[in-house]
Amino acid sequence: MSGKGRRGIAPGWWFVSPALLLIVVFFLGPVIAAVGLSFTDVDLYALADWHAARWVGFRNYSRVLHEPLFWQAMKNTLYFAIVGGPLTVAASLGAAMLVNARAVRWKGTARAVFFAPFVTTLVAVAIVWRYLYHPRYGLFNWMLGHVGVHQIDWLGDPRWAMPAIILMATWKNFGYNMLICIAGLQNIPRELHEAAALDGATPWQRFRHVTLPMLAPTLFFVVVVTMIGYLQLFTEPYVMTQGGPLRATTSLVLYMYEEGFRWWRLGVAAAIAFLLFILIVLFTLLQRRISPKAAA
Amino acid sequence: MSDRDRGSRILLNGALIVFGAMSLFPLLWMLSASFMATGEATQLPPSIIPHHPTLEHYRDLFGRLALGRYALNSALVAVVTTVCALAINSAAGYAFAKLRFQGRDSTFRVLAAGLAIPVQVAMLPLFLLVKSLGLVNNYGGVIIPGLASIFGIFLVRQYALAIPDDLLDAARIDGASEARVFWSVVLPTIQPVLATLALWTFLATWNDFMWPLIVLSDDRKYTLPVALAGLVGEHAQDVELMMAGAVITVLPVLILFLMLQRYYVEGVTEGSVK
Amino acid sequence: MIAGFAVSCTGAPTAGVELRVWAFGSEGEALAPIAREFEQANPGVHVRVQQIPWTAAHEKLLTAYVGGALPDVAQLGNTWVPEFSALGALQALDTLVARDSMAVPRGDYFPGVLATNVVDSVLYGVPWYVDTRVMFYRTDLLAKAGVTSPPVTWAQWQGALAAVKKVQPAGAFPALMPLDEWAQPVVFGLQAGATLLSDHDTRAAFQDAKFRKGFHFYVELFRQGLAPALANTQISNVYQEFAAGRVAMYITGPWNVGEFRKRLPDSLQGKWATAPLPGPDSAGVSLAGGSSLVIMRKSPHQDVAWKFIAFLSDPARQVRFYEKVGDLPARRSAWDAPALVEDAQLAAFRTQLGRITPTARVPEWELIASRVAQAAERAARGRETEDAALAGLDKDVDAILEKRRWMRERKP
Repeated sequence: MSGKGRRGIAPGWWFVSPALLLIVVFFLGPVIAAVGLSFTDVDLYALADWHAARWVGFRNYSRVLHEPLFWQAMKNTLYFAIVGGPLTVAASLGAAMLVNARAVRWKGTARAVFFAPFVTTLVAVAIVWRYLYHPRYGLFNWMLGHVGVHQIDWLGDPRWAMPAIILMATWKNFGYNMLICIAGLQNIPRELHEAAALDGATPWQRFRHVTLPMLAPTLFFVVVVTMIGYLQLFTEPYVMTQGGPLRATTSLVLYMYEEGFRWWRLGVAAAIAFLLFILIVLFTLLQRRISPKAAA
Repeated sequence: MSDRDRGSRILLNGALIVFGAMSLFPLLWMLSASFMATGEATQLPPSIIPHHPTLEHYRDLFGRLALGRYALNSALVAVVTTVCALAINSAAGYAFAKLRFQGRDSTFRVLAAGLAIPVQVAMLPLFLLVKSLGLVNNYGGVIIPGLASIFGIFLVRQYALAIPDDLLDAARIDGASEARVFWSVVLPTIQPVLATLALWTFLATWNDFMWPLIVLSDDRKYTLPVALAGLVGEHAQDVELMMAGAVITVLPVLILFLMLQRYYVEGVTEGSVK
Repeated sequence: MIAGFAVSCTGAPTAGVELRVWAFGSEGEALAPIAREFEQANPGVHVRVQQIPWTAAHEKLLTAYVGGALPDVAQLGNTWVPEFSALGALQALDTLVARDSMAVPRGDYFPGVLATNVVDSVLYGVPWYVDTRVMFYRTDLLAKAGVTSPPVTWAQWQGALAAVKKVQPAGAFPALMPLDEWAQPVVFGLQAGATLLSDHDTRAAFQDAKFRKGFHFYVELFRQGLAPALANTQISNVYQEFAAGRVAMYITGPWNVGEFRKRLPDSLQGKWATAPLPGPDSAGVSLAGGSSLVIMRKSPHQDVAWKFIAFLSDPARQVRFYEKVGDLPARRSAWDAPALVEDAQLAAFRTQLGRITPTARVPEWELIASRVAQAAERAARGRETEDAALAGLDKDVDAILEKRRWMRERKP
């Protein structure tokens, strides 16, 4: 920290003020306004005439909590996060170990290949996957057909739609966590592996007893951060399924978007947004509580 | 080299190739299908390589469907956002790391807490705010709300913490103003993280969908992803055409990433592990 | 209530006007060439047609309203008219229609469809094309079951379905009414004379005896095994099911005339037909769907906008529009064109369009309709009794309408 500080009106403020101003006006301000909004019944009528807005206390919250669709969206969102998060990290770890293996060549190229899906535009690749999933002409069913799996209606069947979206999200995102896993792997001292190898440990045993325990804190962090990101699922179902079939892919954010920007029930939508926020805080707290233990 | 070593080497490299193929497969199919004649991608058995490669879909997209305009819109929005965001976030990140001023730490703690709030919470009032500022259907409404990024400030701060104070003090003793110190000492030192931040911002802006979808109502102003999502509503059955559209959307960011991937990779690793 | 828009500037110069028009999906695509014709007929006017995907249309219109970026003329699904008129976004059209009764004669429209554009006795939209639901059925299967003509009453219908079930493959169902569609239970309610809402559309009236009667008929079809308890997404391919004889009757709209021709195998062409919907004691009503053309109240080009709507309302142009996109014309005189008269499958639609009823004209309707589907699904699957489902529905819908009640009490 700088030893010299006080000279006139602290220049530090000049440096941070543009960013702070923008954050306060365009982020923190709206967040606070959203809290207020969630206690009103601002809707279509109120947008036409502000006198038609009322304070309703916790009514939006109690309505949302009694709404089957909210719980369906909650279930879908948790399904996506809890299955998709660990699956993505497992793929990341696998890729990281491959790239990190001493016997492997072209490490840089491999890393770029694995990372490429992450930088692509979600809207565009969601469209690509929609065709790959086509029940009749899609390449997935064609390939599965060769191993005797009967046609799956990936995006049309309520049981398959969410797994299909999870699969796509895993493909899209595993590259990012792979980078973090590689860094974690490189922090494991070589001697540990060598010692284990001298003791006659098989590769699987080394993975099980050296790599995993050493990497556990990183992995845990990565899984929780990925799940928190996944709780905000929106674009995939918006582009691929519109929340269907039978609402099987309606996520909390999509539900909020529909209430807010389709039906203009802004008060209700703000309440949904806050319930989502609480969910995210819960996940964050979970991470903070368990993280040090896992590291110890 | 023992047989076992050779065996495991083949196994590992084989696994790497399979994994890599899975990773690239959707993108390669997209590219291939974009050159197929209309209807070829929905044949059984499916064709993997176009029989008679054609550019007709690209011609269609840039001609009749004017996708070139959207590409320009996207480029404009992404470049302006990146340049401004770089200036704003690097100044703030540096100040939080190296300058002393009253309330610095408490301000920073508030920002840190803000990191846990999902952007969707703010979206509805933000839209009303943007509306009252007259920025609906205006690139200002797309660009300005996303300029300052708490994540970006964190990234720069993390990196700037490592700048030796002596370096800054030496410049100050030579009579340089704080602005001058920032410009000619700090910025050159933190160049790598600036590259990361720039690439990060550009990709995020180029790929963004939900906010431009909400703010822009005039189709001439659409960005590429919004235009593409609109196109799929009408041309869902024209697989080859849609694939060409997806290629046009994805290719620029993919190329940019491949050119600058070193910085990106370093940034991700620096930012999250340490 | 009639807005004071003066109709003084009939002959006003129109030079340098850019008219912004929003249309959805394939209508938007087909509109562009017609707009070019309009430009030729009106030098100095430039029409900019913006085509918006159907899936995003509703959001797009509302964001544009809030953001003050609405076009001059727009296509609106006619169930959306109440919503946008409640926002004060639409121009009242009564004076214009009265003035231009040659170009837009009220009497030439199907009354049920025109009614969907009237909110509190004010006309806000001109029907552009219409849409209703009729019965599509397999003539060969009905004949095999000894049913010689399509049913006209509910009792005949039930009888016909029961007879068809006997000649179908095992495990098949004669009728198909997907559980996630609100249309069927609502249509049966309307056929029995239900009003759906009461007290100036501020209270739910689904426990009313008339709606109950229609609802009972609906649930009974599932209970007797005459329709499968399936939602749209659980039915892999309606056309395949229909072709295989696993479905013999299907209530759906005009877009499926083209689809049936395209997707059913050649051997089945000539073995299916359409018929108007049966009713409790005689032929029944159906829904009044379709799209309307509206002028935004804030548009600075009211006169050109109206001219454009009148231009599109020309019967000959409506026929051409039908030929291009398959949309059924809203004007009855357009139905005398050979293209429509010669198509045997359209006769049922023409008959049905004379017997259509609008649903409740309140902004909350789409939300209410989704609740009706949910209640109907619960009852049809046997999870709740009819009474419990309807009581729950009334409670839900009353809660949705709370704001509307408050608004009415506030300004008498």
